[in-house]
Amino acid sequence: MLGPSQAGSRTPPMTPQLALRVALAGGFALLMFAVIFFRLWFLQVLSGSQYAAQAQSNTVLQIPVGAPRGEIVDSSGQPLVQSVAVPSIQIAPRSLPGGGALLDLALKPPVVIPAADGAVFARLAKLLGVSTTAKPCTYTVYVANKGAESFHVPLAPIACQVAQSVAQSQYGNATIKTDVPTYIQDYIAERQAEFPGVLSQDTYVRKYALGNAGAQVFGYLGQITPAELKDKALYKGAVAGDVVGQSGLEAQYNQYLQGVDGAEGVKVNSQGQFEGYGKTAAPTPGDTLKLSLNAKLEQVGQQSLIRSIAANHASGADAGSFVAMDPQNGQIYAIGSVPSYNPASVVNGISTKEWAHLNNPSNHYPLLDRAIQSAGPDGSTFKVVTATAALQSGRWPLNGTFNDYPGRVFCVSGLCLHNAGGANYGVVDLQQAIEVSDDEFFYNLGVKLNGNPAVYPKGFPLQAWARRYGLGQLTGIDLPGEIPGEIGSPLLQTQLWKQERQCDTGTGLYKGHPPHPAVLSPLGDSIVSGGCGIANTSYWTVGDNLETGVGQYQDQLTPIQLAVVYAAVENGGTIVTPHVGAQILSPSGSVIQAIAPPPKRKLNINPTYLAAIQQGLYLAAKGPRGTSTDVMSSFPEPVHGKTGSAELGTQGSAGTDGWYACYVPASATSKPIVVVVEVQKGGYGTSSAAPVARQILSQWFFGKPGPMVGLG
Amino acid sequence: MSATTPLRLSGESSLRAGRRLPGVDPLLLFAAVGLSLCSVVVLHALNGSAYYAGEYKRQAIFSGLGLLVALAISRFDYSRLREFRYVIYGLAIVLNLAVFAFPAPGGAAGASQRRIPLPGFTFQSSTFGMVLVILALSAFAVERSRRMSEHRTTARILLLGLVPAMVVMAEPDLGDALVYGVIAYAVLFFLGTSWKHLAALAALVLVATVAVLTVAPAVGVNVLHGYQRERLTTFLNPTCNTAKDTYCYQLEHGLIAIGSGQKTGTGPARASQATGGFLPQASSDFVFATLGEMYGFVGAAVVLSLYALLIWRTLRIVTMAKNLFGTLVAGSILAMLMFQIFVTVGMNMGIMPITGIPLPLMAYGGSSVITTFTAIGLLESIYVQARMSSAGKSLALTA
Repeated sequence: MLGPSQAGSRTPPMTPQLALRVALAGGFALLMFAVIFFRLWFLQVLSGSQYAAQAQSNTVLQIPVGAPRGEIVDSSGQPLVQSVAVPSIQIAPRSLPGGGALLDLALKPPVVIPAADGAVFARLAKLLGVSTTAKPCTYTVYVANKGAESFHVPLAPIACQVAQSVAQSQYGNATIKTDVPTYIQDYIAERQAEFPGVLSQDTYVRKYALGNAGAQVFGYLGQITPAELKDKALYKGAVAGDVVGQSGLEAQYNQYLQGVDGAEGVKVNSQGQFEGYGKTAAPTPGDTLKLSLNAKLEQVGQQSLIRSIAANHASGADAGSFVAMDPQNGQIYAIGSVPSYNPASVVNGISTKEWAHLNNPSNHYPLLDRAIQSAGPDGSTFKVVTATAALQSGRWPLNGTFNDYPGRVFCVSGLCLHNAGGANYGVVDLQQAIEVSDDEFFYNLGVKLNGNPAVYPKGFPLQAWARRYGLGQLTGIDLPGEIPGEIGSPLLQTQLWKQERQCDTGTGLYKGHPPHPAVLSPLGDSIVSGGCGIANTSYWTVGDNLETGVGQYQDQLTPIQLAVVYAAVENGGTIVTPHVGAQILSPSGSVIQAIAPPPKRKLNINPTYLAAIQQGLYLAAKGPRGTSTDVMSSFPEPVHGKTGSAELGTQGSAGTDGWYACYVPASATSKPIVVVVEVQKGGYGTSSAAPVARQILSQWFFGKPGPMVGLG
Repeated sequence: MSATTPLRLSGESSLRAGRRLPGVDPLLLFAAVGLSLCSVVVLHALNGSAYYAGEYKRQAIFSGLGLLVALAISRFDYSRLREFRYVIYGLAIVLNLAVFAFPAPGGAAGASQRRIPLPGFTFQSSTFGMVLVILALSAFAVERSRRMSEHRTTARILLLGLVPAMVVMAEPDLGDALVYGVIAYAVLFFLGTSWKHLAALAALVLVATVAVLTVAPAVGVNVLHGYQRERLTTFLNPTCNTAKDTYCYQLEHGLIAIGSGQKTGTGPARASQATGGFLPQASSDFVFATLGEMYGFVGAAVVLSLYALLIWRTLRIVTMAKNLFGTLVAGSILAMLMFQIFVTVGMNMGIMPITGIPLPLMAYGGSSVITTFTAIGLLESIYVQARMSSAGKSLALTA
């Protein structure tokens, strides 16, 4: 065979014209090959890894596998809230045919469900036995800077569920039905081509061991909202589409309870057809939240409070709350609010109807956790604060007495007041005044504790000690939504007067509201008639300080705050940080984190003074003339307790809140406890709140609620 | 291998009756066979995917058949084909018209009618027509070689090329129609048409392209189908939307497939883009991307080197041809191959418009393989004849 060069040497000479053109063609080919090689080098060698990553994401779909949410257990480990797997049918909106159901806020209505999805919905509806006829469907979208906006669109039930889910989050799956028979799950799983975007997998629902008891404390779940996504403190690690705690402990400890969703890698081709399983990441179950709560105590408190509210129906009782806490360290043993709701009814999200029911004023707002979210005047239970302030400031000597002679009416600056029921208690010292709850004694202290509001706008020793006890501030309990309440002071008076005038005229904070015309005094600094009732004068009076000293006027306390106050009285002045959570446990049971928030501060109270106050509280529960002796004298533990009957409106025209705050000290028992009960509009504290407290104490010390003493 | 029968057909050869016919160009043949083997390897790797099952077997059969056709043709003197130029030209037009007699695949309105169904095989006339057009145009050009710088010559060749191109475009098969145009231009180029004419033609093509793609649609005249226009322009727009635009999707996935092959490729088993159906037409239009994904830069470089070898040998044959007809046939085959290779490989790498042009010998498809091998056979024939004539001359000199 001849080589090409030899052959070439024998070819006839080309014309120069042809040689040029062949050379041009060859040069062009060379140039093109150079370009192609450079491009190939760029694509495969320089950018190869980036394309490889794209190729990877092309082929393996990550189907989220929900992590079971962590349990919430009581101090003995008894489950209070559990996650139970139920076979479910879900729809992944973005995997539906026709590009998936999408949210486009520019459109009205904003949820776009492609027509191509209709066939899938219809097949699923037939399988699940659900109607396919369009009904009015309401869904709510959250628009940045605008808040929630609702849309009403006629949609078939399944399409409606998808739309509602998409409106909340484009990324979450819509749970269409839970507790489906497994054969339906299998049917769908085997026919993915007919049911694109339909998932048959287990979902977890919350089961509540205590029923309605503690519902507000545990809280409910819901798909994370755009606003919550931005809350990096409470919802650390949560991503769009996650179901997260919306209230209570579920929200507070969401980052521990939530767990980490797993993912099942599913290889698909470009048509989305199943081609096999890829890498699977198992879900990490949420951690267990162990509480200091005692399940039985919680139930007893709840039932007892319900009974008391029913028994005091005549005086208008409609709601209430209770707190039982370790006075030494703030661990909460029981905390509840009545009325409550059934948390199981909201496990799949709150329906519009349910939401309306829960927010209907005639149902007394069952979602409200009154122990931390409802503040009101606490009446005579406030007297321990006044007594501390009077003794510590030296305005009242420990051995000082007050002659509450028969027929005495306490008058100051033309304001005359008398004890409840017009009673007089003779000559009383501080202990006795607490025992009998002598209002006139404490009015006297209130006057002595007053000062010049111009010099001390933030108040006097009374307000200072209220603040030291933590009033008007958050206790820092590990539950979201706590409110700080407030304590009457000249500064507050000024603020309230400003609000009053804005309210009267419909300006400022009240802009857009109808004005409430008020007739002002000639000086223009007080209201003679009309107005909104926020404040009646622009200035602070001695009478205001007097009423502040007996837990009236502008005093607003939450039961949890009062529990902290009484705990401080019991423990020698330590302001504990109340907490429901005790430990975070891994699913296997090892302690990940102990929850033991340090006390806020230690008050420097003279032990002698404190002992006198404690003695007064003991006498109030056990003494011959004690206000709660009827209820507590037969209780075989040294209860120290103070009743409170806080008048609402002018002279109690809007009812009277019954309060009881008590403790059994560590000096007398190995398991000290402080209990605060509030029965809203329950009348006298001794006949509404104290009996509930007794049952809680009985359950705590003897394991049974015992009789309900002194009710009604 | 020697065949003596054809010698009697050739007047020139009969002078050396009894001498062995010179062998074919081994490097050209090596390149062609090598590419066919690469094609079968890639298609075999794709066999696992339901879309491309069994294609490698058919490709192997067609490549074998094509090789036999090429060897057979190399034994004949291509020069004789000049005599049949009218028949050949007529056949090119008739075959391309014939596709209209058969229903479009799937019977869908608007679908392309490009194939003639034969038993066990559908014949794509426009592809095979390329060789016919090459032969016919070269023959017509030789006829007018003495008046090659005349306007009329240029116009006539061009017109003769445009008629079958128009028929193909009506099928519609824009890619193949473009090849016809390139062939006509190449014939003129190697014929020695004046630079002025060639430059004017190039300018004309440029103006026409701009007009067809931008000006005409703007004034409401649509020469091309919308999708054809998109295919030609998508590659110019790197930020196109893969979700909405099919051609953008193809472009993007071609890049992902090639890029993910990196240096040495993913291997057939893990070539998710090609086998998972992400890469469209992974065995035909995007076979180069499949190759790139499976065998990486190394594999692609091997195939490109084989193409370079193919083009180099073809260029050589252009220079060797014993007569003008041979030069023109080899030259236009060179143009056809270069156009197909560069446009298709470029399209796979996102630097050329998306056209339905097959990658010679690599892309799955019987018509294309047979056509290319026919062209290779013609090149070999030109080579053999050139060797024979130069051997004859050297014999005459030494005698």
